[in-house]
Amino acid sequence: MSGIADTLLSGDLPRSRILTALLGVIVGVLALAPLLFDGAQAINTAAKICVFIVLAASYDLLLGYTGIVSFAHTMFFGLGAYGVGLALYGWGATWTSVAAGLALAIVAGLALALVIGLVSLRVKAIFYAMITLAVASAFAILAGQLSDFTGGEDGRSFRVPELLRPATLLFRLPLLNIDITGRTAAYYLVAGSAAGLFLSALRVVNSPFGRVLQAIRENEFRAEAIGFDVVTYRTLGNCLAAVMAVFAGALYALWLRYVGPDTTLSFGIMLDILLMVVIGGMGTLYGAIIGATLFILAQSYLQKLMGAAAKSTQGIPVLPDLLHPDRWLLWLGVLFVLSVYFFPAGIVGTLRSRAVTQEQLPKT
Amino acid sequence: MADPLLTLASVHTHIGQYHILQGVDLTVPTGEVTVLLGRNGAGKTTTLRTIMGLWPPSAGRIAFAGQPIGGLPPPDIARRGIAYVPEQMAVFSDLTVAENMTLAALAGPPDTARLEWIFGLFPALKKFWRSPAGVLSGGQKQMLAIARAIVEPRALLLIDEPTKGIAPAIIESMIAAFAELKRANTTILLVEQNFRFASSLGDTVAVMDDGRIVHRGTMGDLAADSVLQSRLLGLSLDAHA
Amino acid sequence: MTTTATEQSTTVDDARPATPRDRLPLLLVPLLALIALPLIGSPTTWVTLTIAALAMGMMIFVISSGLTLVFGLMDVLNFGHGAFIAVGAYVAMSVLALFPGLTQASSLPLNLAGLGLATFAAMLVTGLLGFAFERIIIRPVYGQHLKQILITTGGLIVAEQMIHVLWGGDQKPMPLPAGLRGAFTFGDVNIEKFRILAVAVGLVVFATISLVLNRTKLGLLIRAGVENREMVEALGYRIRRLFTGVFVAGSALAGLGGTLWALYRETLTAAIGGEVIVLVFIVIIIGGLGSVGGCFIGSILVAMMANYTGYLAPKVALASNILLMVAILLWRPQGLYPVAKR
Repeated sequence: MSGIADTLLSGDLPRSRILTALLGVIVGVLALAPLLFDGAQAINTAAKICVFIVLAASYDLLLGYTGIVSFAHTMFFGLGAYGVGLALYGWGATWTSVAAGLALAIVAGLALALVIGLVSLRVKAIFYAMITLAVASAFAILAGQLSDFTGGEDGRSFRVPELLRPATLLFRLPLLNIDITGRTAAYYLVAGSAAGLFLSALRVVNSPFGRVLQAIRENEFRAEAIGFDVVTYRTLGNCLAAVMAVFAGALYALWLRYVGPDTTLSFGIMLDILLMVVIGGMGTLYGAIIGATLFILAQSYLQKLMGAAAKSTQGIPVLPDLLHPDRWLLWLGVLFVLSVYFFPAGIVGTLRSRAVTQEQLPKT
Repeated sequence: MADPLLTLASVHTHIGQYHILQGVDLTVPTGEVTVLLGRNGAGKTTTLRTIMGLWPPSAGRIAFAGQPIGGLPPPDIARRGIAYVPEQMAVFSDLTVAENMTLAALAGPPDTARLEWIFGLFPALKKFWRSPAGVLSGGQKQMLAIARAIVEPRALLLIDEPTKGIAPAIIESMIAAFAELKRANTTILLVEQNFRFASSLGDTVAVMDDGRIVHRGTMGDLAADSVLQSRLLGLSLDAHA
Repeated sequence: MTTTATEQSTTVDDARPATPRDRLPLLLVPLLALIALPLIGSPTTWVTLTIAALAMGMMIFVISSGLTLVFGLMDVLNFGHGAFIAVGAYVAMSVLALFPGLTQASSLPLNLAGLGLATFAAMLVTGLLGFAFERIIIRPVYGQHLKQILITTGGLIVAEQMIHVLWGGDQKPMPLPAGLRGAFTFGDVNIEKFRILAVAVGLVVFATISLVLNRTKLGLLIRAGVENREMVEALGYRIRRLFTGVFVAGSALAGLGGTLWALYRETLTAAIGGEVIVLVFIVIIIGGLGSVGGCFIGSILVAMMANYTGYLAPKVALASNILLMVAILLWRPQGLYPVAKR
């Protein structure tokens, strides 16, 4: 059993009992979500979590494993979503369209990642952050402006292949009396692909290539001195992360049956990803699971909680405004700043180091 | 021997995980030129930077004019009367020579008479007074760096390898300038690899190796003893000339 | 080229420009304007666009000058700079609303007084905010670029959300004071009054910064610190205090710039900072990180590009500025005026 887990996780285990339990619960619930929950919101939330786990994990490849801060990650996410979405919109709701759209998006994403990487990865991290921010903004504005092609600010709604349509009844689970529809199929397509992509990412970071990336992150000059071509490795890391984000975007488009700048390209989403990765734990990949889950649950449910709190503090100045449901990002922002200071390793890193100290305690 | 102006007692300095200074004991007598010799990587530059507070000591005692200065921030150490001429000269190339000098004068605009004295030591500075320091040659930059350190009287000058990469003709004029500084009773701690330059100026000498002082004595004794030289420095006087 | 310029600067003596004697980048401004003329066709439109670009450029310059100096001096890039732009604009809006007598009066001096008051308040608040930001947010992460980017981005999120809390999230009107509405007409050319004011403010800021940098000891310290802060410390100056000062001034300038920008747009939302900051980043990259002179030219270039393409092909306005940035980086990888570093 542990041998299988070892192989699946590329030998990179959670290394903390609490973390293993947390991950177990998250993965378990996500795996059974269509059977456990009835409402559309719950399934939507579960699917969104799956997509953002992939997206956050791909961003962690950059931020955590290569030490690059990019603000253009949503651009690749958007490329994937627009690629599949516009292909389905323009060429009909077939799997061929999905494949063609995805392939085009991957090629475009790779080309962009390569160009940005070669132009700016030679320079300081800060340069890269600024340049990617500018490029991503221009891309988002372009997507919003070229309305004949992209649907502009309104985006595009489209039909997905028949197998994934909600109206398609596949079969009925006999004992539980649950209809398995195209929606369920779509969910499992998203969740299954997310699992596959995440495990591949684990494989990458634990491969010799991943080790070199981490060596470069730790000490660029030493890595260069040992003889690794830093720019090439970084560019490759950049391309890998970009392709993974393209996949995440494609999954998101298939799930939403819609693409638009607000769901994929906005700077807000870029900040969301950043928060997920940092709060979850940079350079751990598992942090992406924890961070994305926590963040999207907060986005979906914290607001309700805050709404209740705002009501109960009515009459006190400012406080109800601070607790207004729309201000959930304020509190996550504060949490983000605090975690950069006090838990730079994020939830996963902190749990892991606790597990290590607990193991060592009896010995000393 | 005069009273020490500066005393280092078992000073240790770490840079990151590296333990560079491993217990340096050094005294710099008032009014003398003390030369710090040693091969590359022995810890000479680190010693100067530690005194200046740029790399604070991790252990040990540094006393200047009887007061402990170890661990003070560099500006405070500078304002007690220590001037530093780093190895890379660190003149501000975007600023003119005049501006470089103005910045170095802490008590107000530079004193005219003293400037004339400095121009006497380094005539090139007068010529390029209004030019950006960036256009100076390497030797002129080195002169500016030294001039900056003496724009006001300082109790102690820390000078790191002033002859490094400098043309021989300019080294000659530097020797003259240093001799003039010596006549003015300036206390100098000089890091130097050029033994001829060092021996022509030094009163006392300390030799470093592996982060420790391995020899102390007068310059005269060392200059006269070629056996000692080759043991300490690995090279004879001739090879350095 | 440097040597000939040096001789010039020795003759003109103290009246040396803030940035080196490299005049080539200066030519880019007329060059870009001349390329645009035949593309636009109508000379009057071209004049109007060019003046609009100058006004916009000055506003961007006011915002970016502080940011580039802070970066040059301390190697700190504040991704939260946009928050100061927004806070400044909101404070100015609130103050303007407090004195309808001044802003709605038909006397220009009263209008300007009201505007001056609002701007002063905006700069005061953003300056104080900058002080707090530097102490609380930035000080613990000196020298750590990754954390700096993360933490200042976090600060940006929190600040933007606080604007929602304090002022509400809806779009607010930001009316121009009565005397600044409308335009002067010279023949066929219309010049909006506010644009003249914006150009004037920008030039005053540029002149003040140049004067401080070139004629005062404080300015010497800043310029020296940009180049080698360790040596400035070794000469006996506490650069940290200097840095706090520059950070506060830079934040106050962002507040001023934000006020101007909001007046120029005549509306504002909490996202105003994000809108401008992209252009600001492009400007400081083009100008050479840390160079005020480069930032000045970069601002004008970016604004010209934005206005010309905004007229010729509005859909690709921002993309054209990315191309401008790439072109300039291909020419000079460190920006127009690379700042000398140790």
